[in-house]
Amino acid sequence: MRFLLRRALFYLVTAWAAITINFMLPRMLPGDPVQAMIARFQGRLSTDAIASLYVLFGLDTESSMLSQYLTYWGNLFKGDLGLSFTYFPTPVSEVIAQSIPWTLALMGVTTVISFVLGTMIGVYAGWKRGSWIDALLPITTFFSAIPYFWLGLIAISVFAVSWGAFPAAGGYEPGLIPGFDWEFISSALYYSVLPALTVLISSIAGWILGMRNMMVTVSSEDYVTVAHAKGLPEKRVMLGYAARNAVLPSISGFALSLGFIVGGTLLVEMVFSYPGIGYVLFTGVNAKDYPLMQGIFLIITMAVLVANLLADVVYLMLDPRTRKAA
Amino acid sequence: MKSALNGKTIAGLSIMGFFVLIAIIGSWIAPYDPSAMSSDIMTPPSGAHWFGTTQTGQDIFSQVLVGARGVLVVGLVAGAIATVLSVLIGVTAGFLGGVADEFLSALSNIFLVVPALPLIIIVTSFLPDAGDFLIAFVISATGWAWGARILRAQTLSLRQRDYVEAARATGERTWRLIVFEVLPNLTAIIASSFVGTVIFAVLSVITLSFIGVASVSNWNWGTILFWAQNAQALAQGAWWWFIPAGLCIALLGTALALINFGIDEYVNPRLRTSAGGSKVKMRVGFTPVLRQEGGRS
Amino acid sequence: MTGEVVLAARGVTKHFPVARKGRQVLTRQPRAVHAVDDVSFDLRRGHVTALVGESGSGKSTVARLLAQLYPLTSGDIVLNDVPTKVKRGKSFRAYCKQVQMIFQDPFASLNPVHTIRYHLTRALRVHHGRVKGEELEKGLASLLERVNLTPPERFLDKYPHELSGGQRQRVAIARALGADPTVLLADEPVSMLDVSIRLGVLNLLRDLKERLHLAILYITHDIASARYFADTTMVMYAGQVIEGGDSETVTQEPAHPYTQLLIRSAPDPERAHNGVPTVTTAPGEPPSLISPPPGCRFAPRCPYAAEKCRTATPPRFDLGESHYAACWLYDSKTTDEHPRRDTVEVGA
Repeated sequence: MRFLLRRALFYLVTAWAAITINFMLPRMLPGDPVQAMIARFQGRLSTDAIASLYVLFGLDTESSMLSQYLTYWGNLFKGDLGLSFTYFPTPVSEVIAQSIPWTLALMGVTTVISFVLGTMIGVYAGWKRGSWIDALLPITTFFSAIPYFWLGLIAISVFAVSWGAFPAAGGYEPGLIPGFDWEFISSALYYSVLPALTVLISSIAGWILGMRNMMVTVSSEDYVTVAHAKGLPEKRVMLGYAARNAVLPSISGFALSLGFIVGGTLLVEMVFSYPGIGYVLFTGVNAKDYPLMQGIFLIITMAVLVANLLADVVYLMLDPRTRKAA
Repeated sequence: MKSALNGKTIAGLSIMGFFVLIAIIGSWIAPYDPSAMSSDIMTPPSGAHWFGTTQTGQDIFSQVLVGARGVLVVGLVAGAIATVLSVLIGVTAGFLGGVADEFLSALSNIFLVVPALPLIIIVTSFLPDAGDFLIAFVISATGWAWGARILRAQTLSLRQRDYVEAARATGERTWRLIVFEVLPNLTAIIASSFVGTVIFAVLSVITLSFIGVASVSNWNWGTILFWAQNAQALAQGAWWWFIPAGLCIALLGTALALINFGIDEYVNPRLRTSAGGSKVKMRVGFTPVLRQEGGRS
Repeated sequence: MTGEVVLAARGVTKHFPVARKGRQVLTRQPRAVHAVDDVSFDLRRGHVTALVGESGSGKSTVARLLAQLYPLTSGDIVLNDVPTKVKRGKSFRAYCKQVQMIFQDPFASLNPVHTIRYHLTRALRVHHGRVKGEELEKGLASLLERVNLTPPERFLDKYPHELSGGQRQRVAIARALGADPTVLLADEPVSMLDVSIRLGVLNLLRDLKERLHLAILYITHDIASARYFADTTMVMYAGQVIEGGDSETVTQEPAHPYTQLLIRSAPDPERAHNGVPTVTTAPGEPPSLISPPPGCRFAPRCPYAAEKCRTATPPRFDLGESHYAACWLYDSKTTDEHPRRDTVEVGA
């Protein structure tokens, strides 16, 4: 428990830091663009909305920094992230609430599949070091070096434009009404195939390489040698002794690379016009919709922190040393 | 450092060297002005336009050549700044220990966990006119944490080595212990964290250009993709518009990754795919009997 | 007794704080490992003093304390009759010009990225200013010649990994000599070396002691080598010195039950031939140094332990000819006359 508590405390501090960075950014950097935006919407904005934008971006020069900071926190706890300019006059929190299930579903499923599959391939590749599998390494290296979004572009041009087997953009058949019926879900699944494959292919290489290297390192540890010497079956040694130990750094690496994966997924969504949070961010960036961008950054950060905490729990269950220390 | 120069490193360094050369001379050898429009609209690759042309008749080959500079400048500058930061923070934390260490590690862990790309996007979009160096600076400000973390761990273990203690007992000053006893043993790790940050920076700057946050008037490979995407190049089947730039990104990334594998294998010889040219099967060397047969030369 | 006292430990004590976890931060008293408790001895010029003990007894900590690499918890380190406490900077340099240390593991104590030339040049420059050119070359050569690494030019530009263990330890000794010290603290200088070359390194140290009139603290777990090499021997157990005296007496007529145990547990071919079991063990293991037992720390394992041993820490009892032991068996108030060793002889 102590381990988890300490981690939780760390995530709280990180959350505080992220929120504070978010608070400070518009105040440290020139605020003119926001001012211009607000001016453009003058008359259509309610005074309340303007007040909350003033708090968000520190345009209120009369109140002190501290009182601004406190009001900012107050607004956050009320779920008030300001109004979106792009989806005017929808509040940012609502825009995010609509798009985040798409991202969570797409990214959650692909990340888990990519991690599990990549780790398994990595275990095998590391165990069979020196065999033909090593030939896969340069290919995976190449794929891990490709930006996610470019792979997405290629996928669209091959599978959607040339072949026409999959849709090029969107999250479901236009005209369908989102709901929990089979027609909608099957359409959503069909539309998610290409983006999911793109994320899968670009992210799996990293897991394969990391796991392979850990396996190679662990394979020459004494306890693996002893397991061999005991005459245990090959498979047992590979999975129960080598992989069991090699997977630990992979899991803590999982937590740390989540930030990178999230970045990549956002881009894939942009390319596929997938109705997730990445696409919303893209539109927000193009429209200089600052409240939306900042709100998305906060939500993404919080989601990554929660995912990290989950990874910590898994790590705790797998590593007896931290379990004991807990 | 002889064994660091294995096949992978050499391949990686050669590709990297090629791109550096392009970055230097690209704007001179480019056959056209990358921004100049012409009447050859959306032509596929030909003798006159090796990589074809854009919707406005710009020569894509010239854009790729000229664009190399922006990518590499941002990548290398950001890599350099971030490496300096990570060495300063990581080595200091590891060597000093105590409260300073607690604070600096917490700081780098925070920067590690916070998703970097959205942060970079936001910061850059707040900046009114984001040029290459400003972008490099923003990227390095978010990209130093990984290296700092690894360097701290390694310094922590080096600090307790006998040779550092022995040098101290000889009467060496603290800064000499750090600079001459600890740092040389970190060279490989510093190099690898530099290369890693360059990869991160290259991908970041291309992404920023692609989504149009960075100034799109500066040519780099991301800008090419930005215009291609804007002009619906995909739907029009203009594959030549986005394939070359993407391949260049992937090649550069692969080259950097290969350099890093070379460094990793130098640091941890167990990772080598084949030892001494002969294939080593995992079980060879586990029993003394097999070791003689296996010929682990 | 030869030579004057250069370095002396006076009640030297070192406690390492133990990290408190979680709620203990609020509730518990700070705890500490009592690594070294109230250790006193003298180092004299031209004289080898051995400090014998098993791993964890605190003997290496004593060496690092004397080298001023760790701060003392209490007690004094007296250099040339002046209590000296230095941390860093000039005073630390001045101190280590006098007192140099040789580490246990010659594979770890030389930085793999530097040549032998670098190591020795630094040792010369740190203590003798910016020597260079001809003067430096002469200094380097004479250092290597002193430790019998000849010809010097064959070793100067080698990296540590190109040398054998014995050669590395000789380089480490040369580096220590670079400061022109009066005291050498040798922390198990031969225990990591092959048995066949240990004698060579010990003989080199003895030879240096004679020629340079050095005071040497020889730390070891091998009591037999202490008899061979040292003039005086002290035995440490659980952070305390429990017996001391000239090497011959301590090893041939051990007084403290622990020393007797230590000597008997060393393999001795003669005893083996006589059919006497070579190893007798006292049950148990050294006590936890976080909360050491009251009284004698060996009491829980000692076959002769009496009530008093478990409650009161035994002081040093003089056994004549500078031989002493910290054991209640030698308290003249409990034993009526001069202590007789046969009363403590372990029979069965």
